[in-house]
Amino acid sequence: MHAAESFNLRLIPLLPFLGAALLILFGRRFSRQTVVIVAAGAIAGSAFLAFTAFFQALPGVAEEGGLRDVVWKWIATGDLSLDLAFRMDTLSGLLCLIITFIGFLIHIYSAGYMEHEPDYARFFAYLNLFCGSMLVLVLGDSMPVMFVGWEGVGLCSYLLIGFWYSETANATAGKKAFITNRIGDFGFLIGMFLIFQVTGTLRFSEVNALATPGSALMATYHGMPMAFWIGLCLFIGATGKSAQIPLYVWLPDAMAGPTPVSALIHAATMVTAGVYMVARLHALYVLVPAMMAIIALVGAATALFAALIGFAQNDFKKVLAYSTVSQLGFMFAGVGTGNFTAGVFHLYTHAFFKAGLFLCAGSIMHAMSGSGDITKMGGLRKRTPWTHGVFLVCWLAICGVPIFSGFFSKDAIVAGAFATELYGKAELFGLSLAWVGPAVGSILLLAALGTAFYMSRLYFLVFSGESRADHETQHHIHESPEAMVAPLVVLAVGAGLGGLIGAPWGLIGHPEWNLLGEWLTSAVGPEMEIHHTTELAFMGVSTALAIAGILIARAFYLGGYRAPAQQFAGAAPGLVKAAYNKFWVDEFYDAVLIRPLRKLSSSLYRVVDRILIDQVLVNGTAAVVDLAGRIARTLQSGDGQRYMAAFAIGAAALVFFATRPTLPAALKVNVSGTTVTVDASRTGRPSQRGLTYAFDFDDDGRPEVKGVASEARYTYETSGTHTIRVTVTDPRWHTQSSIKSSVDLDAAGKK
Amino acid sequence: MLPSFYYLCLSFVLFAIGTAGILLRRNALIVLMGIELQLNAGNLAMLTYSRALGDEKGHVFAFLIIAIAAAEAAVGLAILVGLFRSRQTIHLDEASLMKR
Repeated sequence: MHAAESFNLRLIPLLPFLGAALLILFGRRFSRQTVVIVAAGAIAGSAFLAFTAFFQALPGVAEEGGLRDVVWKWIATGDLSLDLAFRMDTLSGLLCLIITFIGFLIHIYSAGYMEHEPDYARFFAYLNLFCGSMLVLVLGDSMPVMFVGWEGVGLCSYLLIGFWYSETANATAGKKAFITNRIGDFGFLIGMFLIFQVTGTLRFSEVNALATPGSALMATYHGMPMAFWIGLCLFIGATGKSAQIPLYVWLPDAMAGPTPVSALIHAATMVTAGVYMVARLHALYVLVPAMMAIIALVGAATALFAALIGFAQNDFKKVLAYSTVSQLGFMFAGVGTGNFTAGVFHLYTHAFFKAGLFLCAGSIMHAMSGSGDITKMGGLRKRTPWTHGVFLVCWLAICGVPIFSGFFSKDAIVAGAFATELYGKAELFGLSLAWVGPAVGSILLLAALGTAFYMSRLYFLVFSGESRADHETQHHIHESPEAMVAPLVVLAVGAGLGGLIGAPWGLIGHPEWNLLGEWLTSAVGPEMEIHHTTELAFMGVSTALAIAGILIARAFYLGGYRAPAQQFAGAAPGLVKAAYNKFWVDEFYDAVLIRPLRKLSSSLYRVVDRILIDQVLVNGTAAVVDLAGRIARTLQSGDGQRYMAAFAIGAAALVFFATRPTLPAALKVNVSGTTVTVDASRTGRPSQRGLTYAFDFDDDGRPEVKGVASEARYTYETSGTHTIRVTVTDPRWHTQSSIKSSVDLDAAGKK
Repeated sequence: MLPSFYYLCLSFVLFAIGTAGILLRRNALIVLMGIELQLNAGNLAMLTYSRALGDEKGHVFAFLIIAIAAAEAAVGLAILVGLFRSRQTIHLDEASLMKR
């Protein structure tokens, strides 16, 4: 274990952070070339370290929990002791590779894409900051460390969506993303608190180790085990970050940011954080199949719903955004069916082909003078050959055409959904959930058909036929510079062949070729066992569906809007309109949530802010202080002699009270029968002078006992309540003080 | 040797005169003189007790008070000169800027 801790994992996120700091502080003075060298250099160094860690340091220790690097003790308070620590096991390591590798490519691409941008350094600073935060997120050894990264990537997402903040729409999109994510983060936080409350630890490895059927996590709370509620809260966080129903609405708007940002943050890395988190806590989630069923159903529903919206979008990036939402749904369906390896596999392949698609979108928009309207494109196959080639590969990958990467990962998820035995005995509040697996699988098959259709629609509308753009734009169409094309080609290779490392090689008798499954076994458990015939059957079905989707789209859109497309739109105008308007979900949220909230806050503003805080608290405090000041001001005459008079009087009073003979705070009265003993001596610091005491037992002004003794005894003739007054006199100065006490002889006698 | 009582009486009388001067007179010079009287009444009391109790600490304090009195006179007179320069008066009731 000692050797395992020798790798400085902290350097992996630290390098991009340093790059960001350098660019924020001095970026304005750097030349464009220097900015790129700093930013891309930081991420390249981080990538180098990640690859070294993953392929050299990790293999020996993967079984013992991977590499761990404790930076310092972060929090130690009460029961909570938390290190700022990073951990790389095969899961977080794989994510690191994806983030740093694709991050590096996108840095290179951005150097070309943003060449006309005046605020060059700021863009790269944010990009570096994002990479650092994302690496903290995946490498975090405990939930709070992950949360730091989680919030960090949210911040960078906000900053980069609103990168061109001078346009209101972009700033609004940034705010929408941030606020929607905050709603999810609330769930994440609650889940984190619950985990700590139940298990007393926040480290992933310890939580997973504690997640056993007999643990406190299974204690029933409101009809479901505690782990269910924890999983639900965390999943709400995941729906925000990973754009699932009901919190997916921010992602399409996030396309307002620069395209490389959409590729890196809103396709390849950040949005997969939710999937990663579920896989990270796999043992906790597997514990409650009902929770897994919710994840799988939400994922499948999102996959289909977003695909439907994607049918009718006319903006290049919007189509890809809904496609991302849909593909994230696939991932959640994968992890939700207990098929963690498949979910992470799809995360990996999606990172390549979706980053590739987005960068193609950027390249196309670059060529089309910044416009992303696909109704005005067409015929770009010949004008941008490299981009077309890359798009072709990524398109076939996302459609699920065999050999291309998306085929294997998507197929693994679909087959897993049908084959899973997770829901056999699962119950949600007494409701049997055995139907979930096949239902999820069927929805996913439909979504896969839809994916093939809308992606093919995009492909044919953009690349086939003749250009529909105006003459001016057509004239400017050009292939992008090498800095943009080179990363595209690398991504295309990944999108084309990357699936082979996770392909079901077991079918041809070489299960050991499935590197991904082997790697992930130590982190998320062994791959799901799927019967070979089942696997082959679903491979056939999904290939058929992919081809079918492509053929339908070809019939509709090859070379432009063809007759079948127009006939269909004419036959079902309501459906097209609904899909085009995203099923009015934004409007629904606006009416049900946002507007009532606005009204509530404006009335709260009027009552609480304006009246309670402004008038009562702020002005009220001022009025009280003012009044007190007016009264106290009369004392301040400005006449020094009056002050001195007051001082003299005060000094005299002090002397008077300080020299009075002292008595105890209360008399010590002892009753026996009708006889009373009173002790007036002062404990602690008795007077040094000889004092005379006068004891007046009936408070009539005539003392019964007088003398230098501080104690006196008296016998009453009648019972009842009497008042005793003791007066003490200093014979020298004739100063006096007295104290009174009452004694109830009857009550004392009864005791 | 006179009993301490008389010295203490003298000290008290001096102190009372000084206090009265401070509180009643408007002329800042007289007020300063009153303060000197108070300080010296204190000195006298110190020395009286020092002699009565045979304790030399009283002398030490008296020396300190004399030094303070000298400093006080120097600073006080300087303030008076400043006051006179700016207001052409050394009457305390006319120097009431602290009111505002």
